[in-house]
Amino acid sequence: MANKLSLITNGLLKENPTFVLVLGMCPTLATTTSAMNGMEMGLATLFVLVLSNIVVSLVAPIVPDKVHIPVYIVIIATFVTVLQLLMRAFVPDIYRTLGLFIPLIVVNCIILGRAEAFASKHNWLESALDGIGIGIGFTLSLTVIGIVREILGSGSVFGWKFIPGDGILAFVMAPGAFMVLGYLMVLFNKLAKKK
Amino acid sequence: MTLVLFGTCLVCSAILGVVNEVTREPIAAAAAAEARAAIAEVLPEGGEISEAKTAEIEGVNYEYYEEYGGGQTVGYAVKSSTAGFGGTLSLMVGVLPDGTIFNTKVLSHSETPGLGAKCTSDKKFIGQWYGFSKDGNLSVRKDGGDVDAITASTITSRAYTLAVAQARKLVKTLDPDATTGASLIKNKEN
Repeated sequence: MANKLSLITNGLLKENPTFVLVLGMCPTLATTTSAMNGMEMGLATLFVLVLSNIVVSLVAPIVPDKVHIPVYIVIIATFVTVLQLLMRAFVPDIYRTLGLFIPLIVVNCIILGRAEAFASKHNWLESALDGIGIGIGFTLSLTVIGIVREILGSGSVFGWKFIPGDGILAFVMAPGAFMVLGYLMVLFNKLAKKK
Repeated sequence: MTLVLFGTCLVCSAILGVVNEVTREPIAAAAAAEARAAIAEVLPEGGEISEAKTAEIEGVNYEYYEEYGGGQTVGYAVKSSTAGFGGTLSLMVGVLPDGTIFNTKVLSHSETPGLGAKCTSDKKFIGQWYGFSKDGNLSVRKDGGDVDAITASTITSRAYTLAVAQARKLVKTLDPDATTGASLIKNKEN
């Protein structure tokens, strides 16, 4: 059991996708303009990651080496499209904010990376737990970046405004994304090393 | 090898076919509900909204809806799009038959968060459209018009204003009773 649990915490700390593996930077930088956007993007990725990890671990033994990347990509793309259709149908508001970044989950290196590095070598349960761990790690990282950018850039958290005025605009835009990501990465790695 | 790839694609396309079938109606319903809500928001309450109609001015087709009340037309809701700062800015503009703007609503945009994106939240900017005079000059103050632009977002404000101007122009061609005096002020080059 301790072993299973460590699969989840692994994604949170030791192999945190954003701050340690530094994967999936495109959605990280682009969607974290507010805490809510970051969290929603993280959850969408979590959904695809868990399902694709499970399916990849199940089909891996019968997939010949030469075609394993195309097969994994087809599986991932299928889940992303399913997610996209479901979101358009049932949560159109969220779909509108995340827009283009949902289809881009297909090329998020975290997902193919976990399929290749983990799911193809482990059984489905371990792969599912790994997907949950990495997915939660990604969601939390994006939410934290979103919170920092929203506080500095708009003076609010999850849309709740507590500083009147406009905030520092740069933090809502691309340069702020790089700065916040950089400093949080420094902080994260400093804290992680101490342990 | 080919068989595995073929099999994967076959299974995946089957799944997608099913999901597409299941979600088709909810997606259409969500889009329709959104359009209805936008129309209701930009027109006076209580009338009956027509089906979508199209009309053309200057070679561009516009989709619009007519609202009837007491046997006559009480307003038009026009879907109007222009090029904003970050991409297409799409509005639903409610215009009364005489050319007075009733209200506007953003349908979709890709403006910069914190700057142009304020066109959906800046109360002063949005508020000025409510009852905007039929003779009002539809261009931003910087260009000599009567529209207060959003601070630091002149391009977005111009695009928004142009979209409203297009809608008003369309309504004036639809309604022969409307005054034809005030005409569209051309959006100046940026």
